[in-house]
Amino acid sequence: MSLEAGSVPDHVETWADFRSRAMRSRSLLVGTILVAIILCGALASFIWTPFDVTQLIIADRLKPPSSTHWFGTDHFGRDIFSMIMVGARNSIAVAFVAVGIGMAIGVPLGTWAAARRGIVDDILMRFNDVVFAFPAVVSAVMITAIFGPGQFNAIIAIGIFNIPVFARVARGAALSLWSREFIMAAQVSGKNAARITFEHIIPNIANLLMVQGTIQFSLGILAEAGLSYLGLGTQPPWPSWGRMLNEAQTMVAFAPHMAVFPGLAIVITVLGLNLMGDGLRDLLDPRLRRER
Amino acid sequence: MAWFFAKRLVSFTVTLALATIVIFTMLEIVPGDPARLMLGINATQDAVDALRQQMGLDIPPLARYFAWVSGMLTGDFGRSYTYSVPVAELIGDRLWVSLPLAMISLALSTLVALPVGIAAASRRGSAADTGIMASTQLGVAIPNFWFAILLVYVFAVTLRWVPAGGFPGWDKGLMPGLTALILPSIALALPQAAILSRVTRSALVEALGEDYIRTARAKGLGRRAVLWRHALRNALIPVVTIMGLQFAFLLAGTIIIENVFYLPGLGRLVFQAITQNDLPVVQNVVMLLVATVIIINFLVDIAYALIDPRLRKREA
Amino acid sequence: MNSFIRTIAAAALVATAWTAPAMAAKDTITLGVVLEPPHLDPTAGAAAAIDEIVYANVFEGLTRIGSKGEILPALAESWEISEDGKTYTFHLHTGVKFHDGSDFDADDVKFSIDRARAEDSTNAQKGLFKAIENVEVVDPATVKVTLSSPAGNFLFNMGWGDAVMVAAESAEGNKENPVGTGPFKFSSWSKGSAIEIVRNDAYWGKPVALSKATFRIIPDASAAIAALQAGDVDGFPNFPAPEAIPAFQADPRFSVVIGSTEGETILAMNNKRAPFDNLKVRAAISSAIDRKAIIDGAMFGLGTPIGTHFAPHHPAYDAETINTWPYDVEKAKALLKEAGFENGIKAKLTLPPPTYARRGGEIIASQLRAIGIDLEIVPVEWKQWLEGPFKGDFDMTIVSHTEPMDIGIYANPGYYFGYDGKEFQAVMDKLNLTTDEAARYGLMADAQKIIARDAVNVYLFELAKTGVWDAKINGLWENSPVQANDLTGVSWSD
Repeated sequence: MSLEAGSVPDHVETWADFRSRAMRSRSLLVGTILVAIILCGALASFIWTPFDVTQLIIADRLKPPSSTHWFGTDHFGRDIFSMIMVGARNSIAVAFVAVGIGMAIGVPLGTWAAARRGIVDDILMRFNDVVFAFPAVVSAVMITAIFGPGQFNAIIAIGIFNIPVFARVARGAALSLWSREFIMAAQVSGKNAARITFEHIIPNIANLLMVQGTIQFSLGILAEAGLSYLGLGTQPPWPSWGRMLNEAQTMVAFAPHMAVFPGLAIVITVLGLNLMGDGLRDLLDPRLRRER
Repeated sequence: MAWFFAKRLVSFTVTLALATIVIFTMLEIVPGDPARLMLGINATQDAVDALRQQMGLDIPPLARYFAWVSGMLTGDFGRSYTYSVPVAELIGDRLWVSLPLAMISLALSTLVALPVGIAAASRRGSAADTGIMASTQLGVAIPNFWFAILLVYVFAVTLRWVPAGGFPGWDKGLMPGLTALILPSIALALPQAAILSRVTRSALVEALGEDYIRTARAKGLGRRAVLWRHALRNALIPVVTIMGLQFAFLLAGTIIIENVFYLPGLGRLVFQAITQNDLPVVQNVVMLLVATVIIINFLVDIAYALIDPRLRKREA
Repeated sequence: MNSFIRTIAAAALVATAWTAPAMAAKDTITLGVVLEPPHLDPTAGAAAAIDEIVYANVFEGLTRIGSKGEILPALAESWEISEDGKTYTFHLHTGVKFHDGSDFDADDVKFSIDRARAEDSTNAQKGLFKAIENVEVVDPATVKVTLSSPAGNFLFNMGWGDAVMVAAESAEGNKENPVGTGPFKFSSWSKGSAIEIVRNDAYWGKPVALSKATFRIIPDASAAIAALQAGDVDGFPNFPAPEAIPAFQADPRFSVVIGSTEGETILAMNNKRAPFDNLKVRAAISSAIDRKAIIDGAMFGLGTPIGTHFAPHHPAYDAETINTWPYDVEKAKALLKEAGFENGIKAKLTLPPPTYARRGGEIIASQLRAIGIDLEIVPVEWKQWLEGPFKGDFDMTIVSHTEPMDIGIYANPGYYFGYDGKEFQAVMDKLNLTTDEAARYGLMADAQKIIARDAVNVYLFELAKTGVWDAKINGLWENSPVQANDLTGVSWSD
């Protein structure tokens, strides 16, 4: 199942392929727009939100959407639209840093394993299997139970589960590169493994990692929402999408707006990222065009 | 061949052993005194000390680790602190909720995903394909617990067709039990179905592009016949792999959904045990879940090797 | 004529006989409870969840506490108190049997009390037995308990769940298979889901109307709402979702009963730690809190504001204490400035899991921000709360003290909020030695005023008992003077 990066398409494009490709680039466009909307909201929230999200006005609680409160208010009288804006920057930050951790540790491990093979490879891959085998939510709950709930620990918990993903992708791609002629040529010219990895392997798998990174980013958003829903993510007074859904649950009968909007925000973000990932894959890796 | 299996078996055992060490170490550093927790706020220190001794918390860690592992090998999973019953008994009870839930969800997602994936692949590039792929994108993006809350709002709160949560127990009859599992299964199945349809479609598309399919087509076999007779059979390998992994995920990854619907399943058991510091339950249930995943991965590996001899050679 | 009447009568009889099974009132009940008990032995754990199942139903003590908080005779049919208030002679009911068939007599009383107060006892409320010096069996139906000093609330203490009577031969197994003398016997417990008790046909007292009671464990607020609406449970004596109360009030199928509990919900401050060791700071915080907003926002209006650590429905409650530190943001700012903290304070607010704490904490943090106090909210599970705040490691926390008559905790300087008030301790010492009711009430009022004046903690509100149950159920407690679901008087109408 390993991907051979950089190979050349071996057949002529058909009409169906072309249409599919056109749709793909459309998905990149749509994805980018969706992500941009959320990102703008997140950035804007640093300087402006319609209402102060830390100010509770009990008298205004549970108001349905109106021209003053576009998405209504919650049980403390906070403006849900403003909370979603602030929640966006929290979701994005957690997922981004978690993916960063996964890449920063996973990619070196994976490429190292591919370069050394043998016992190093075996040990690393066994550890990978172990971490992979842990149901992600269970372990995240364990980690937050040990260190206490909070944004930082949520990042760690999600980050740890990104490590084996990147290690596996990096190793797979790197392994297939090591058998290619240009790498062998580099070996013959006397470059050591570390240098080859930095000069040839990593640049050649960067595209693949970027695609994987986008996908992991969207999974990170979902994971953060899940942890916050369980009360283990970002803590009050800062709003988070998952916790907003949790609070909405007992009030869904008389305040459904509290449940609808934060959920839509998650869907838009994740959908946008996935579409972007698909679009990127096509742009960066022409061979895959044929398969999907 | 034998060498390959031996090697796989060794790595499988090593992975399992590593998992026990990881779990044990993680729980060793959990703060909090289980004895204090059991006795509550107003208990005196002597009462707590007396209980610590009763629970065997004064034995050194290494000895406790080996006692745990050897206990597991003989089927003894220890006793729960909070419930003071054997953990095996608790797991047995909860499995009767989690297992049916996972199976119903998997069945639902398969029933939806296979036809959808096949339909999309056989009309590749058509408007139908585009529409299906777009909706699977949406399916993957919807968080299952949000979907669950919306389902509850529509079918339980507004229409009152099904209960919004809870589980009556199988002793109340098959129907009440199944009714309680309907919404959670649908919520769990949606993203799985979306993923599975995408996998089915791309596996089929790939299979249809293989040389032997082209040969079959060239020999004059109809598009339909090729699809059903040849491509589908080959495409099933990755599909079944994903289904195996999804089953492991469904068995273990249901913490959130079990919380939304308050189902007394394994996921909720672990979640509660973690918050209540019930170490024997956490240790053993997490081990069980992890072992399930490792075993499924092992079986998938073996199955791959049996089907595709090239893999065997390459690895060995 | 005669025969006509006879025919009618016979027909009527037949008719009643025919319809009787269908008309017979239901005699089983399923109640929802929020917390699953860790085990079922009330003498070996403080968890209120244990008493909610077994108190008065499975286990009985010498005395018992009634629905209004009054002391009623239970296994002791009557008692005498000596002149000096140090000797209690209990006369026991005869012919009482434990559920395993063994007899209950004075030896069991001595065993139960001695076991509870023993050195290695795991009883969570050993303090209840602290005053006891000696327990003596006079004859099988008489027990004499000698105290080291008079204790005004001794009979009340003996009515607690922690002081119930157990048998020597079954005591060890009570956690899993509780054996008591009560009108219900333990039947089964499916972990994580339900506990069942059935009528004890050999009960010594008035038999109960219910033949079976099931306690379903439903910790989740949304699941609780769902279970009631679906009829999975007949009622929730302590309903966990105040936000859903209006919907149930509007539904004729349900009775919604808002009663009182003994739960003083407080914003506790660490009196030993700066800056909370400063009365002005504590007073500033007390003045910055708007109790009404907290009750409305966190409890959807359910709860009674309090000004001191005392149940407002108790006759000795001093209602004036609520005006000790009225809500006044300007005054709060001034007090903070006087204390030298005009630039604000940073502190941690640790919150245990219940709704009152989690929601109340967010509102309090927002209110205190208005006077320049910046609180970091730290939500914890109960286990972490017990390890941290309850051991004195905290700045501020919110908790409801649900034990009845527990103002005495302020006399213990080692208690978690670390209040060391000599004047208060003197009043409590005097109270413990006083048996005259009027004098006791006077001392209690003094004690309430002192802790209000010292602004030891911020007294927020008395937790309401929100019961929601099928409108056809009679006899469930409206209030909870002790944490219990006493089913002895419960029945179904029609």
